[in-house]
Amino acid sequence: MYQYDQYDQQMVDTRVEEFRDQVKRRLAGDLTEDQFKPLRLMNGLYLQLHAYMLRVAIPYGTLNSKQMRMLGHIARTYDRDYGHFTTRQNIQYNWIKLEDAPDLLADLASVEMHAIQTSGNCIRNISSDQYAGAAKDEIADPRPWAEILRQWSSFHPEFSYLPRKFKIAVIASDEDRAAMRLHDIGIQLVHKNGELGAKFFVGGGMGRTPMIAPEIRDFVPADELISYAEACLRVYNRYGRRDNKYKARIKILVHELGVEEYTHQVEEEFAHMKTLGLNPPVEELARITEYFADPAFDTGASDELDLSDPDFNLWVDQNVVEHKQPGYAIATISLKPKGGIPGDASSAQIDLMADLAEQYSFDELRVTHSQNIVLPHVRKNDLYALWQKLDEAGLAPANLDLITDSIACPGLDYCSLANARSIPLAQKISERFADLGRQRELGELKLKISGCINACGHHHAGHIGILGVDRKGTENYQLLLGGSAAEDTSLAKITGPGFDEDGVIDAIETVTDVYLEEREGDERFIDTYRRVGMARFKEAIYG
Amino acid sequence: MKILTGNDLKTGDVIWWTGSDWSRHVENAVDVGEHGERILHEEEATRRVNAPYIIDAEQTEDGPRPAHIKDRVRALGPTVRPDLTLKPADPEAGNWVI
Repeated sequence: MYQYDQYDQQMVDTRVEEFRDQVKRRLAGDLTEDQFKPLRLMNGLYLQLHAYMLRVAIPYGTLNSKQMRMLGHIARTYDRDYGHFTTRQNIQYNWIKLEDAPDLLADLASVEMHAIQTSGNCIRNISSDQYAGAAKDEIADPRPWAEILRQWSSFHPEFSYLPRKFKIAVIASDEDRAAMRLHDIGIQLVHKNGELGAKFFVGGGMGRTPMIAPEIRDFVPADELISYAEACLRVYNRYGRRDNKYKARIKILVHELGVEEYTHQVEEEFAHMKTLGLNPPVEELARITEYFADPAFDTGASDELDLSDPDFNLWVDQNVVEHKQPGYAIATISLKPKGGIPGDASSAQIDLMADLAEQYSFDELRVTHSQNIVLPHVRKNDLYALWQKLDEAGLAPANLDLITDSIACPGLDYCSLANARSIPLAQKISERFADLGRQRELGELKLKISGCINACGHHHAGHIGILGVDRKGTENYQLLLGGSAAEDTSLAKITGPGFDEDGVIDAIETVTDVYLEEREGDERFIDTYRRVGMARFKEAIYG
Repeated sequence: MKILTGNDLKTGDVIWWTGSDWSRHVENAVDVGEHGERILHEEEATRRVNAPYIIDAEQTEDGPRPAHIKDRVRALGPTVRPDLTLKPADPEAGNWVI
């Protein structure tokens, strides 16, 4: 894992003290809320429905046990004993007191963490594949590149006031586990003639105008990746609309200019960038890459696994995937228990996951955009002991990628932007479909729920998506089908008129029944939907 | 009726104007009639409230009930965590929101 150098640490420490002074001035009345609001937002501190909410950045979703324990400490000390892992691989705390925020940020800084650039019109936390460095199918480890992008984008003076927020994802395999093409910039590391480089996809996103990012360059040499990203941002910063926040994202610019013209302008800018010699120094690339070297795997570790315990067998089958290193596996801890709140974890659970990472996963954890936690490097011999400890703590639902492994934004229970509650739907669906045999019969089924059009719950990318809306003061839910955030990226379509809470759950059950009736062979839900089309489902739902 | 709400500057707690002070309990909110804007500016200036605004509410036997569900969620707390609401002992409290 990357470790802060003196510059990183100094920047974060300085920012904490700067914010401490700003809070003091706000509490003393020397700053109005209008003056203070942009300052607190630059430090990830929002004012939400019930209190201040702090969003903490977890760079590319990677953290060590010490950092995870600090997240538990913060939940216990400054919040109400829990945190909420988000769809941006971050964590949010819902009950922060303004007067505590500087001390909290100082605690975070002590473990090389912060909340900078988790709000505002800047480049947000870089996201990546939660299996990075462990995946069998990756062509390179995307984390060093995510880290270089993090360093480049942190406090970048030219990109601190973009037309709108900006999200970048980096992956390194054909299987997309990071919703890469639904980012403002999606970067896929690839090889071409033996050389490492990157494909660039620009102009994707969800929100009120969902778009899939088109590929604008099939290969950028790795050492020019930052310059190319800078060129993409420069064109956006120059021409992105600042007069209308609903048309300010880069996807609108790419759409309105046309992919060809946008690409042409980026290429011109890139040619100019290359003359400036801004590529990261080779020594710095090497220094950063060194931090992401493989841990000291036991090369003699056995691939044998005793699966005689049926519950353990189910968990392994559902939540454990192959590791690049023989004798090891990648284990996902589902934060989606029956009736639970997707992504929420108590401080005790956070502490336990930290302990287990230390004991079984070379001190590493990952947060997924699906609001789960990954232990990336578990020796297969240790899986049973790990599972037993997770099971005791209620952290072993064997439901990864099944219908109850839903994504849900905080919704109207917490968020001031939301129009409807999303968590109660996730809870009720997890109860309705609680039977694991039934879930497994349905197979991979990505259910994603947003409480408003901003789409933090990724409803556009759900095999089944739900969008909560306000219909004359009452909650109403639109049902969408056919989205995917994976390498077969697609945008879901609305089935028809919306439903009340119970109605939408009934409609989902109808949809799954249709799928089971129509399924051919090993088709997943999304495959059947694509083959059969919307009409068959619509007819069953609305008659 | 019109009532005033906002957040406590230091703690962020949701608060309601009682006529002379701010309370965490919406049942203590009073009808401000046409005086909302003036009170809001005065109170914000003294930093007794952060980001205040005026909302419509209905007077009921149990006190004012905000017209919009968002403010009812603010008044109670998250419906999905009854233990964290202002009425943790009342399992039916969430029904008031809906």
